[in-house]
Amino acid sequence: MEHPLRSLIKVENLPHEFCPGCAIGQVYHWVARAVDELGIDMSKVVLVSGIGCCARGVRFVRCDALTTLHGRAIAFATGIKLANPKLTVIVVTGDGDGSGIGGNHLIHAARRNIELTVVLLNNGVYASTGGQLAPTTPYGAYTSTTPFGNIEDPFDLCRLLEAAGAVYVARWTTYHVRPAIESIKKGIKKNGFSFIEIIGQCPTYLGRYILKLSEPVECIDWFKNKSVRKELAESMSEEELSDKIIVGEFVDKEKIGLVERYRRLTEESVRSDV
Amino acid sequence: MIKPGSYFILGNHACALGAIYAGCRFFAAYPITPQSEIAEEMARLLPKVGGVFIQMEDEISSICATIGASLAGLKAMTATSGPGFSLMQEGIGYAIATETPCVIIDVQRVGPSTGSIFGQQGDVMQARWGTHGGIYEIIALSPSSVQELFDLTIQAFNLSEEYRVPVIMLSDASVGHLRETLIVPEADKIRLVNRRVATCNPEEYKPFEAPMDKSPPMAILGSGYRVYYTGHLHTEEGHPILSLVRYHLADKVWRRLSAKIRSNIDKIVMLETKYLEDAEVIVISYGMSARAALKAVMDAREMGIKAGMLRLVTIWPFHDSLIRDLCASAKSIIVAEVNNGQILYEVKRAVDGDQKVIPLLKLVDTHTPDEILLKIKEVA
Ligand SMILES: Cc1ncc(C[n+]2csc(CCOP(=O)(O)OP(=O)(O)O)c2C)c(N)n1
Ligand code: SF4
Repeated sequence: MEHPLRSLIKVENLPHEFCPGCAIGQVYHWVARAVDELGIDMSKVVLVSGIGCCARGVRFVRCDALTTLHGRAIAFATGIKLANPKLTVIVVTGDGDGSGIGGNHLIHAARRNIELTVVLLNNGVYASTGGQLAPTTPYGAYTSTTPFGNIEDPFDLCRLLEAAGAVYVARWTTYHVRPAIESIKKGIKKNGFSFIEIIGQCPTYLGRYILKLSEPVECIDWFKNKSVRKELAESMSEEELSDKIIVGEFVDKEKIGLVERYRRLTEESVRSDV
Repeated sequence: MIKPGSYFILGNHACALGAIYAGCRFFAAYPITPQSEIAEEMARLLPKVGGVFIQMEDEISSICATIGASLAGLKAMTATSGPGFSLMQEGIGYAIATETPCVIIDVQRVGPSTGSIFGQQGDVMQARWGTHGGIYEIIALSPSSVQELFDLTIQAFNLSEEYRVPVIMLSDASVGHLRETLIVPEADKIRLVNRRVATCNPEEYKPFEAPMDKSPPMAILGSGYRVYYTGHLHTEEGHPILSLVRYHLADKVWRRLSAKIRSNIDKIVMLETKYLEDAEVIVISYGMSARAALKAVMDAREMGIKAGMLRLVTIWPFHDSLIRDLCASAKSIIVAEVNNGQILYEVKRAVDGDQKVIPLLKLVDTHTPDEILLKIKEVA
């Protein structure tokens, strides 16, 4: 029997170059699933990524796709969406790509509420360059550029995006399969900027060096045990939550998106004579 | 919007108008003097013609959004000045690699970032070699007047669409901030070029397959081709080359990026010449300085000096053989430019040591006719 998602994947581009057990496959699978379940025509979907392990996956999904520059996926996507609002534009990015070098674009896209969906795989390191410190690496963690332990605090990306103005913000881990797919679907349907963070395993760097776990499933188990639903977390103290991953939907609101605002502006500008 | 006829307007505004006439329907930029009037005019005009204007958070995102919009099917442009142009360089490299048409207006000024905002011609080499990667060509144009800011902006779009390459307009503050007469022709008198789009069966489409002297037809995002774009070394099918062993598969695509420009150099390069046939002293210049050069050359002729002028309208590609031939009669060649010597070395390379090449360099603003005449008299 053929895999039910086979038609969504460019099987001719296989093999891929991801390590066994990496979360990247899951993330792309979920994005493809979400699009499929929403009944969106794949030829009207554009996947945009930057540079990094995670960014390399876009060419395996059977839609238009771009691997752009390190950190710049959202800027490219902004141009694409504004040029053709009929397209469903989804950015798939890593934590370093999206929040390190690309942090400025991330917050500005949320502020201007452009109708994009960003799915960010947070593996806590810069994986494709060899496991260096990322803006999401936990305090104290040993990475190849923090040989004495990380002295910086990591970003809480969901809180950052909430403050920046995104209309939909959610965080899940690779343990939370169904809620993650539902969130991606919800994000795509939003008429504004949506952000879905997936905490996922990079067995090669995060697993081996930071979590000191050898098997990908152990990483997923670790995520499961460390996760606390947002609703439950509200009744817990900051101390109790210090090493926990808070998951759930953080923002789900309605606000008119940039493309729609621009459309209205265009109508008015034709009438007025500036 | 603007009717055919004669207008007295600012150079930067003429540039924006040219873009609208050329069919530009997307503009993304970040404010910087002396560019800002282009952005302001685009913000006013684009919504009226159904186009999109966006002020981005920086120049990096401006070029990236411009490329994205072009891939999604619109003629797209950004505008900046030297410091912003530096920030755009990585994006320009991506546009070259993915053969994405786009126009970049660089209203040059004295650098670096916090420097003065007087005009200069300091980004000539940055335009040519600013981005990363060794094998590529770009096209760069140099306007001398408000009229040319209009005409050459249209030409920039045409060349960009034809060759699927970023085209850079090397304007500067002295022409961008100049006010003079612009003649706007009837729209149907303006020749416009649009990119060739893919029409074949999507299964047979190879996004980067073309004869060496051409750019391939383009699959617009969302048009059903399910194309993949990458800045990586890629094959004709667009597959990234991730191992050195397979490098040869990308070789042709990468060589074509230069060849598609080089083999059409006669069609691309525009030069303006005056009194070159018997000239013993030739002034080579571009931009505003070229106007001063023309006056100086005419004055010199009145004094009986056999002087001539060669103005580079197209700066890149540099047409070595043509320039060598045009300068054949000269004993000395004066290169007048507003920088520390950039085209100077190109001219030296082109004439290959046969003639004396004399620099006449200013560091800001533009040359006066007298400054050039003095030099002509000195070397004649
Ligand atoms: C301008 C630029 N700087 C640095 C790099 C090198 N680089 C490539 S991928 C990467 C890190 C990617 O990390 P992340 O986004 O977390 O993705 P992951 O590999 O973990 O999936 C870096 C620093 C680059 N390609 N371009
Ligand atoms: S290095 Fe890590 S993120 Fe990259 S493919 Fe391997 S497991 Fe995945």
